[in-house]
Formats: sequence, C-alpha cells, structure tokens
Amino acid sequence: MGLLSDPNRRRALIGLLTRLNAPICVVCYMAGVAWFMGLAFEPFTLRTYMSENAMGSTMVEERFPAGERALATGREFAAHKKKTGGMPVDWLVKTMQSRGLEVFTQRFSRRLPFPDEDKERYMVKGTNVYGILRAPRAPRTEALVLSAPCTAGDHNNQAVGLLLGLAQYFRNQVYWAKDIIFLVNEHDLIGMQAWLEGYHHTNTTGMDWSPLQGRGGSIQAALSLELSSDVVTSLDLVLEGLNGQLPNLDLANLFYAFCQKIGVLCTTQGKLQRNDWDSVSGYSHAVQTMMLMAMKQASGRPWGDHGLFLRYHIEAATIKGINSFRQYKTDATTVGRLLEGMYRKLNNLLERLHQSYFFYLMSSLSHFVSIGYYMPAFGLLGVILLLRVSSTGYLTQFDVVQRSLHAKSIVLALDGDAGLRPVGHGAGLEGAEAGGRALPGRAAGLHRAHQLLPGLHPGSHAGARGRLRHAQRAKVTRLQRLGDRCGSVRSLTSRSSSPPRRVLSAFVLVVLSPACTLLFSVFFFQELQEMPVSFLDGWMLYLSVISQGILDHALYGSLVYPLVALLVYPCWLLFWNILFWK
Amino acid sequence: MKILGLLSLLATHLSANSVNIEENAGQFFSSGHTNNWAVLVCTSRFWFNYRHVANTLSVYRSVKRLGIPDSHIVLMLADDMACNHRNPKPATVFSHKNMELNVYGDDVEVDYRGYEVTVENFLRVLTGRLPPSTPRSKRLLSDDRSNILIYLTGHGGNGFLKFQDSEEISNVELADAFQQMWQKRRYNELLFIIDTCQGASMYERFYSPNLMALASSQVGEDSLSHQPDLAIGVHLMDRYTFYLLEFLEDIHPASKSNMNDLFKVCPKSQCVSTPGHRTDLFLRDPGSALITDFFGSVRKVEITMETVNLTDPIEQVEQNFVNEDLQKESYSYVDQLPVSEIIHQGLQLVNNNPGLSHPHLSFTGQSVCCRPSSISSI
Repeated sequence: MGLLSDPNRRRALIGLLTRLNAPICVVCYMAGVAWFMGLAFEPFTLRTYMSENAMGSTMVEERFPAGERALATGREFAAHKKKTGGMPVDWLVKTMQSRGLEVFTQRFSRRLPFPDEDKERYMVKGTNVYGILRAPRAPRTEALVLSAPCTAGDHNNQAVGLLLGLAQYFRNQVYWAKDIIFLVNEHDLIGMQAWLEGYHHTNTTGMDWSPLQGRGGSIQAALSLELSSDVVTSLDLVLEGLNGQLPNLDLANLFYAFCQKIGVLCTTQGKLQRNDWDSVSGYSHAVQTMMLMAMKQASGRPWGDHGLFLRYHIEAATIKGINSFRQYKTDATTVGRLLEGMYRKLNNLLERLHQSYFFYLMSSLSHFVSIGYYMPAFGLLGVILLLRVSSTGYLTQFDVVQRSLHAKSIVLALDGDAGLRPVGHGAGLEGAEAGGRALPGRAAGLHRAHQLLPGLHPGSHAGARGRLRHAQRAKVTRLQRLGDRCGSVRSLTSRSSSPPRRVLSAFVLVVLSPACTLLFSVFFFQELQEMPVSFLDGWMLYLSVISQGILDHALYGSLVYPLVALLVYPCWLLFWNILFWK
Repeated sequence: MKILGLLSLLATHLSANSVNIEENAGQFFSSGHTNNWAVLVCTSRFWFNYRHVANTLSVYRSVKRLGIPDSHIVLMLADDMACNHRNPKPATVFSHKNMELNVYGDDVEVDYRGYEVTVENFLRVLTGRLPPSTPRSKRLLSDDRSNILIYLTGHGGNGFLKFQDSEEISNVELADAFQQMWQKRRYNELLFIIDTCQGASMYERFYSPNLMALASSQVGEDSLSHQPDLAIGVHLMDRYTFYLLEFLEDIHPASKSNMNDLFKVCPKSQCVSTPGHRTDLFLRDPGSALITDFFGSVRKVEITMETVNLTDPIEQVEQNFVNEDLQKESYSYVDQLPVSEIIHQGLQLVNNNPGLSHPHLSFTGQSVCCRPSSISSI
C-alpha cells in the first residue's frame, strides 16, 4: 500500500511530523536560506549564452563615426534646455526633422495624489518628442525604440546628443527591416507611461495625454540611454522593471557579448565583475550583487525608463554610462558603436525575444541562475508553513475524524480555506482589523466545525484554541516574506503564557513588523550598494521610499503598496491577537 | 544522338593526333549518357540561413559554367536573400567574404522560389508528376540517357531534411522517389550531394541502381559554416560547399578529373566534420566517372584529319561545272529587330510580345527587385 493510503504508515508519518515539527521547520528554514545564499556560488551558476538563433553572434561591423558630433549636439541640447527651462520641443522637432525622421509630439499631464519628496509638485505637465525612422524597404509592421530621458539640470544631455547622432547615422543605412523610434521623454517615467499608453491605446492609470499622431508597428525591443558625461569608464545595465519584471535574458546576453567584443567595461547593479569566486570576498561580492537584484525586484518600482515597457511584453533595458575614477575611458563613438551593433542584431530578429529565460537572478553579467534553481529556496520556506499546519494534535484529530466521519465534508470543514460560509462574529476576535474581516468569519466557521466533532470534549478548550490558532496561522501566513516570521514568532507565541515571554514576543513582533523590516531593508540596501547612510539620512530615505511606493501605485500601477497594505500588514496585526490570546 | 556524333567526326579534319579514332569514339559514350540535368535545392528560409542560398547559387554557377544550360537546371530557393530587407547590398548574394564573388549575378533563373519550395513540389519534380499546366522551366524533363545532379542544402538531422521550417523529407521518401525515377527510366546515372548536418543519413536508404551519393557530414556530426562576413552580418557559406566550389573552379569542360578526386574534397582537417560518400549502387567504377559527367554538359567533339570508313559508301552527286557566270544572287541578313519600324509603328508591337508577361522569366539582378515598395516580394 502507498505511504498515505496505508493507515498505519500514515499514523506513523503524522506522529513523526508532529513530534519533530520544530526541528524539521528549523532545518527547512536553514536549508532555504543556505540554498539562496549558495546560488551566488559560481559553480552552481550557469554562464550566459545567446539563445536566439536569429541574433547569432556579434558578427557585425560597427562603423559609427560621429561621437564628437553627437556630443556637440548634446551641448546644443543643454543650452536650449536651459533657455526654455524644460523640454526644448521646437529645437528637438527641428533637429529630428533635419535628420530625416518623421517627428511627432505628445502632450501629457497628471495630477499627483500628493507632492512627491524630491520635486514638491502637484501637477506634472510635459511633452514627449519622438521621431520615426522608417525602414527603407520593409513594411511598417515592427519597430525598435531608442529613448533618452530629458531631465532637468545637467543630466542626460550626452544621451540625447548620442541619440540624435545615431539617428543621423542610422538614416543612411539600407539594411533596416524594422522602423526605429527615437524617443525623448520628459519627466522620466511619467512621460514614458504617457507615451506607452498612447502607443498601445490603453489608459490604465488615469493619465491625460494627447493621442499619438504617428506609430511604427509592434515594438520588438527597446533600450533606454542614460549618459551624463562625455567619456565613460563603464556601462551599467539595469534590468529590473515594474513589479519586479525582467526582460528576456537574451537582451542582457546581447549587451554583454557586445561589451566583450568592443572591449568596454560592463557592470550590472553597479558592481564590477570579479574573477576570484573561490575567495571569500569574491563570493560575498557575488552574493551582494544577487541580493541587490532581488531587493530591487522586490521594491516593485521600475529602476530605469525601460521598466514600463515590460508590461507590454516588450523586452527593454536601460544602459547607464558611469564615469568613475578609472584610467581607461571609453568615448562616445565607442558607446555609439556598441548601440549600433546591438540594434543591427535586434534588426535580425524575426520574432520577439522568447528563447531565453524570463525569470532569473544574475550574480554578474556572465553568470545567472534561472527560476528553476532559485525557486526551491522559497519552496523550502513554504514547506515550513505546511508543516505548521500539521503541528501539535491537529493532524491526529484529523485522522480520528477521518476514520469516523465522512471524509470529504469534514475535510472541508476543518480546512476552512475556501468555501466555508463566514459567520458574522462568533469567535470573539476583537482585534481583527478591517483587512482581516474575512478571517474571523472563517475562524468562526472552524469553531463551529469543531463543535461537530464527536468524541471531543467541549471542555478541551485549550486544545480547540490551539487548533484554531494553528489553523488560522496556516491560512494567514501564506506569503513568503512571512515565512521567517512564522518560524520565529510561532515558536515564541505557542506557549506564551508568562509575562516576560510575552514582552519578549511583543518586542520580536515589533521588530518583525512591515515598517521595521522596511527600515532595515533600506539600511541594508544602502550597505549593499556600498553607500552606507547615517541614521537621519536613512530615516529620510525610508520616508521617501514609502511615499514613492504609494506614488508608484498611483502612477504606474505598481503592486507592492497594495500588497503590503492589504495583505502583509493585516496579517501582522493578527499576530497580536495570537500573542495576547486569552 | 549517336548519328549526330559520328557525323560530327566526319565533318571536320585534324592533324598531329594519330590516335585511333574508332577507339576514342567508343570511349566517348562509355558513360552512356547524352544529356545532363541538375536539380539544386535550398530548403531553408530566414536571413540567418543566408549561407544555404549562397551554397546553392555557387553550385548553380559552377554547373552553368561547365555547360549545363538554364533549361536543364531546376533551381529551387526557399527564400530571397538578395532582396531581403536586411541585406546591406541589395540584389547580391556573396559567397566569399569582402564581397569578392557575387553568385547572384545578372542571369540567375530561379524556377521555384519562396513558398513554392515544398517537399511535395520537390518530389513531383523528381518523379515528373506535375500538372499539365506547369511550364517547361519547372519540369525535370529527363530521359533514360540523362545524368542528373541533385544538390540539397539546408538544416537536417538523422534521417530527415527540413523544408522551410515547417515540414521534413525523410530518407525513406527520397529513396522511394529515386526508385520511382528508376522505374520510369528518368535517369541514366544520378549524383546526389547533400550539405546539411548529419547528411550521411539521407543516403543510407537508397536502393536503386546507378546512384552515387556524397554528404558533408556523418550521422551524429554537424556540418559547420565557413566564414562570416562582418559587413553583411551572417555566415556566407558552409565549409563543405566552399571547398567544393574551390575544387570545381579548377574543373573546365575538358578536364579528366574523376569522382575519386571529388571524394577527397574537404577532408576532416578543413571541414571539421567527416564527409562521406556511397558508391555501392553505382555500376561503373567511380574512377571512370568524370566530374564533367555530372557537373557539366559536355558535347563530345574531337577534331580529326583522318577519314573513317563507313559501311555504306556515300553517293557522290555529279556536279556539272558550268563555265558561264552563274547568276549569283546576293543575300543579306534581315534586320532581326527592325527598330525604326517599331518606333514608327508605335506601341502595337509591344503588346504582341508574349515573353514579357511570363511570370517565370529570369530574375534579373541589379535594380529590378529592390524598388522600395510596400508589397513584399514573396
């Protein structure tokens, strides 16, 4: 007989799980954390490789000559930007037209729910300018996008200059099979969101924009350029987009392949690749890179202008030019050549990028782990939740009931996860907040189901409460981020009867609250980026992170703020109930 | 055909060669074929398969140079590389890097193009089961005295060849097609060359007589591409066909190289894969089969000064020499294209010319195909 259908074996298994519950939980937790840490260890990672056959290798000849002229155009752009105090629309339109593109503009405006931290503005108004280079012989069915943001001050002038220089160079070539759209967006992400919504005829965030007069077909790939200096020492690739979405790994592979071919120093997460993976510092460097990527994905905000393209299934990335104190400098012509090579290869595409991974973590630009490798770590943390369900007496009772009553109905009643009618009050859980209103109903249902069980004394209140408590916790702690809280909190609250223990548990609960976790993450994030902040700066940063999260949700539909406010926070509040249950 | 050959011997004179003419005459027809055909197929489409089209066009070029005319070549190209939007040099297909050799040229005649290159059409061409409306340029009108060269290139695997990314032809189907050809007396001898990955698997199942086969790689091996061109951005040729082309450039219509030399083309050191060949079904000794038996269309002509005794004497016509002046009419050539008449008669002559409206006429290279237009060419 099978393991679960044989009653003796089942009883033995259940006994084992209930006896060794805490140790197994601890082991699973350690294993999960160790697995995640081990992902950065180089022998466990895979080298990146090009999956798309149509893109092939870096087998093109890059001939972009006009880096200096591009920088001069950038300076001109800067001058006009200062003169108009915002986006020099007329000058841009004229310049793009002189380069032979079809130029269009789009006006947009947005009222922010509250003024944002840096810029203190309520109403955002702006104009996007974009020029379309039509493919000389191809039908207008597909397009590629190259964009550079127009930021106030002295930033990104060289990016716009390079964009215009590339536009002029690309216009003279005959081998384009897709239209290329050169976009200069104002107000970074807000402008980009307006342009994308206008392009795809959607209006998800309530922004006000004028319809686009010119289009170029379905966009296959997009690159966003951020370049603020004449020479760069390295190029940084930013992949994380809205809600933690990533572009197809082939885009990163393409970038890396061209970096190697041209000989430019390329980084991801701003961290340089190291060769000494077997040393402690090399390994910790890789772990830091990977943790940074995971945290950036968890924050749910787009880390570059490319982040909003991903929602429309357009593979996009941002390339940032970094000028640090290094001897070997790369000039604008070389950066232009790299972009030219990338676009020629993207031109060869016949379908959207889909051959390589969509979910991955990179410990450096040349090594990655795919979801098949990092998900077991979270799976192990999830197993802890299942084990908690099966703890102390719950499963034994379940077994008794199974044998004496009709299996299905009681399983439903005891499970209580879905489909049970919530009763209004009942269990007397006063502490439940608005978000958790559904839960006491289910808990009450359980309470009632408990009364259906024969052979159980109504007086075994403690046992029932324990069962209820455990069942509640099982439903409530379904999220991965709560896995660690569960492991630690449960062990403290299970037998919390003495006041000192309660005080200790309360303190731990406060430390593990969403607010404190976020505060610690902010400090941790700054540490990982090797830019540690003082407490006051960190506190200001923390407040701006919260407000930015709310703004992201309002402006682009980021899901992190609703998730935290409606799911994580109420669950944490429920823990207080568990803690102070009488 | 035989009488024509003997009469050609009689008609001309030669000095210096005291070879026995009668022996040579016997040798001329040792191969048993009187005409040559070629079926050249490129089965893959998309821009990154540029090299397959270049392979096929190089073999086409060699075969034409050695004498097989367009009317005896069935050229099937699955995609149009010369007019592809990504080609930086429109209307050209290069086989050597730095754009030394444009195999597309001015006089390429593609018989099956684009989506017409399917397994069904290929098999119908081979077996001759085409609808009556098919034009002659799309038919393989071979007879039992034809030597046929069949060249296939594309992506293949163990026992199959991929057509157009959507269907395959298996080695069993190919072998059966050749058997049908043999039963219908559609070939005298057939040379089958295939340049794909695991190409040797395609000739494993042949069972008809008079077949010789060459492949660029064995089962389990991949055929590799030769050289990339950075300006165009793709690989230009496959290795096996590249070295085959180099070998064929040395062959001229009168050369005596035989099949054993062909088997030595592209050894493992150059090709990385191991080329294979199969001669057990071939009834003659491969050493006696000339390259030009398959790749060229050689008219067997030898000029001799000697006379050959025919069995029947030729009746001598009595000639009466009349000494008076014969009225000699002076003849002159008629103007083949009376331009002045055309110009003065206006446009009515143009509409009478049926050849211009034929859709399958030759695909002239230079600027015709690549007009910017919104209609895709295939």
